[in-house]
Amino acid sequence: MVASLGLVKNHSMPALPKYKLDGAYDEMFSGPGTPRSHYQALYRTLLELPPADLRAIQQAADLSFLHQGITFTVYGNEEGTERVFPNDLLPRIIPAQEWRLIERGLTQRITALNLFLEDIYHRGRILEDGVVPRELVYTCRHYRREMRDLAVPRGVYVSVCGTDLVRLPDGNFAVLEDNLRVPSGVSYMLANRQVLKRVFPRLFRDYGVSPIDHYAQALLATLRSLVPAYSTPHREPTVVLLTPGVFNSAYFEHTFLAQQMGIELVEGRDLLVHDNVVYMRTTAGLRRVDVIYRRVDDDFLDPLCFRPDSNLGVPGLFNAYRAGNVSLANAIGTGVADDKAIYAFVPAIIRYYLGEEPLLANVQTYMLSNELQRRYVLEHLHELVVKAVGESGGYNMLIGPHSTAKEREQFRQRILASPRDYIAQPTLNLSRAPCFLDGDVEARHIDLRPYILYGQEVTLVPGGLTRVALKRGSLVVNSSQGGGSKDTWVLRA
Amino acid sequence: MLSRVADSLYWMSRYLERAEHTARLLDVDLQLRLEGSHDSGAARWVRLLDALHAPLPENGKVDPTALAHSLTFDRSNLSSIVSSIAAARENLRHVREQCSTVMWEQLNQMYLQLVGNPQPESWLHHQHHFFGDVRRGVNLFHGVTDSTMSHGEGWYYIQLGKYMERTDSLAALIGTHFAELPHPLDQAVESEEYLEWVGLLRWCAAFEAYCKSYTAELRPLRVAEFLVLDAEFPHSIRFSIDMLHSALQALGDLTKRKALAPTRITGRLRAMLNYSQIEEIMAEGPAAYIEGIRKQIGQVHHAIYQIYFDYPVEAAMAS
Repeated sequence: MVASLGLVKNHSMPALPKYKLDGAYDEMFSGPGTPRSHYQALYRTLLELPPADLRAIQQAADLSFLHQGITFTVYGNEEGTERVFPNDLLPRIIPAQEWRLIERGLTQRITALNLFLEDIYHRGRILEDGVVPRELVYTCRHYRREMRDLAVPRGVYVSVCGTDLVRLPDGNFAVLEDNLRVPSGVSYMLANRQVLKRVFPRLFRDYGVSPIDHYAQALLATLRSLVPAYSTPHREPTVVLLTPGVFNSAYFEHTFLAQQMGIELVEGRDLLVHDNVVYMRTTAGLRRVDVIYRRVDDDFLDPLCFRPDSNLGVPGLFNAYRAGNVSLANAIGTGVADDKAIYAFVPAIIRYYLGEEPLLANVQTYMLSNELQRRYVLEHLHELVVKAVGESGGYNMLIGPHSTAKEREQFRQRILASPRDYIAQPTLNLSRAPCFLDGDVEARHIDLRPYILYGQEVTLVPGGLTRVALKRGSLVVNSSQGGGSKDTWVLRA
Repeated sequence: MLSRVADSLYWMSRYLERAEHTARLLDVDLQLRLEGSHDSGAARWVRLLDALHAPLPENGKVDPTALAHSLTFDRSNLSSIVSSIAAARENLRHVREQCSTVMWEQLNQMYLQLVGNPQPESWLHHQHHFFGDVRRGVNLFHGVTDSTMSHGEGWYYIQLGKYMERTDSLAALIGTHFAELPHPLDQAVESEEYLEWVGLLRWCAAFEAYCKSYTAELRPLRVAEFLVLDAEFPHSIRFSIDMLHSALQALGDLTKRKALAPTRITGRLRAMLNYSQIEEIMAEGPAAYIEGIRKQIGQVHHAIYQIYFDYPVEAAMAS
């Protein structure tokens, strides 16, 4: 059923004139005019609702985002330009059995990655056994020597993870990248849901969508599970969210999560360290802090230990952390496990620690430090995607088929200068889903970022952020690069 | 509550009060300008600028239209209406998880409507609407705040900011009036002078309330008594100090930090206002009386910083 799709070229649907099928997996249609069973109700709604109504609904939704101030900040623009995160009206629907596979696959993955982090910051068995090359770990920019032999609460390094999944033309999901440092976007997942419930109440109810509203509670429970051992049970542990401040692109999310969890949103200047204990400055005097959900990168956490020019962090924080007087989520140094070069080894990491086959496939990845692979990549730049290993957010990457000769030449030079810093992957044909754009329903490429919490146990709220490449033909879904998002409905049955 | 958060709530509230106050002054002036002579209009503008701590134009020529425009839209003037609303919103944006969602939406909508949209050239014809929108927006915000936010610590910092700003701007306005106008007498005034005293009442949003208390017969001494000493009217100095004092006491209880210095000052001011008689104040010189209040309010502001917002760490560690 799915395999034949590749042969269908540019068949438009009479009812949705601008909706074209191509080689990509289509989330709504299994063939021209034949919706998949879980999309049938939405398809009928689209046929019945006059476009003018849909347009009015879209405008109401946009206004609601603007008034709520659900914005993000664009860098490289005028400082502090706030923009509404574009939201697409039509939900992306995932059947229950597909979700169960995703859930199991991601649980397996976060479990293995945590074991990997614990291992490389202690004995390093996996390096001794040669499963992951030692120099790959030690040359990673996000590897923190300071974390050697430091025991983190319950061995959990990554408490909050957002993993990007894509669906390939064969209909299978694959992991595009793991975000193990400070993944963002979960507030848009929750905000999208609030709006969609108002916009399509009947459709929502009839579909039987799994709820996601308990995310904040689950996150708080996860953070509380990290309370250091000293904390006496009769005292409520103090959990805070550390934000870089109002100019950070995800500031809305930080305020949103702090409010939903009922915890303090702090900036570096609100905290101070005295005798290796972290306090926050309150109107009632200094108050001890036990767990910090930090949305500040490693580099900026402690000017005494990491970047000395950082004003965002707290001097002395790392010593308090080492002394076991405060917990951080995520732990410091987790970036080594979402390095795009380490990524290629995640299937091997899963086999090594868990003795299981990975449930979710990786995307084929070329290591540019390997001479043979590098030569192949340099000859095929026009058809590959090249990414910097330590970057995220769609910055510093080359999409071969959409690149100019000059851009390819720039990347060739960069790769030759520091092959360790880049990887290449085939240009993926991401699956496409219906979007409502300028009064018409059109197909756009999407991905999926579910959020995984690792507290007493691994928790996934059923759903995630479905990101959309709003520009026609574009494959880049990052909000910083003109992407939007849509609500994700995971069905109960 | 974090000190930074308390600080932001306090200033958010001060800026909103400032925006509302300026809008009210300009709105009332619009109407006064239609009546009365050109000279009295110019003299009133001098008082108005003084009360808003705004500089006189360098050439000494008072052009109400240009001045009103600058006091409303000039972003380089940090006290203009538009700057104040933007600053209030920025302060709330820094602490928006502390307020209710409706509060944020109210302020954000007001900002988008009044500051985000450039006002068309034709705003001159719609000034009244613009000022009305500002005043309504601020009042709505306070209404939403009172009914959706817990009346706990955060709410008291908002109260503190509102009444601190109000006391200060009322005192500036009334003080300027007493210093400039003929000595207020206990008899009805007429024509030009009548207009000035009505103007003062309306600048303080007090005309209707005054009439209810004293009838429409306008005696300057009664106007002074009403604006300074009335216990029930929300834009009187005594009322504002009462509110300041109870907010400070509530904060002392909530934070378990005795706000000795500021409550001592507000308590003393309160007692003074409770037992003052307007005749005495007039006899001893109203301008000095009002100036004394303003000075002490300034001390309260500094004391609040010392206790809640910006205390030295060593002191906090020792306690």
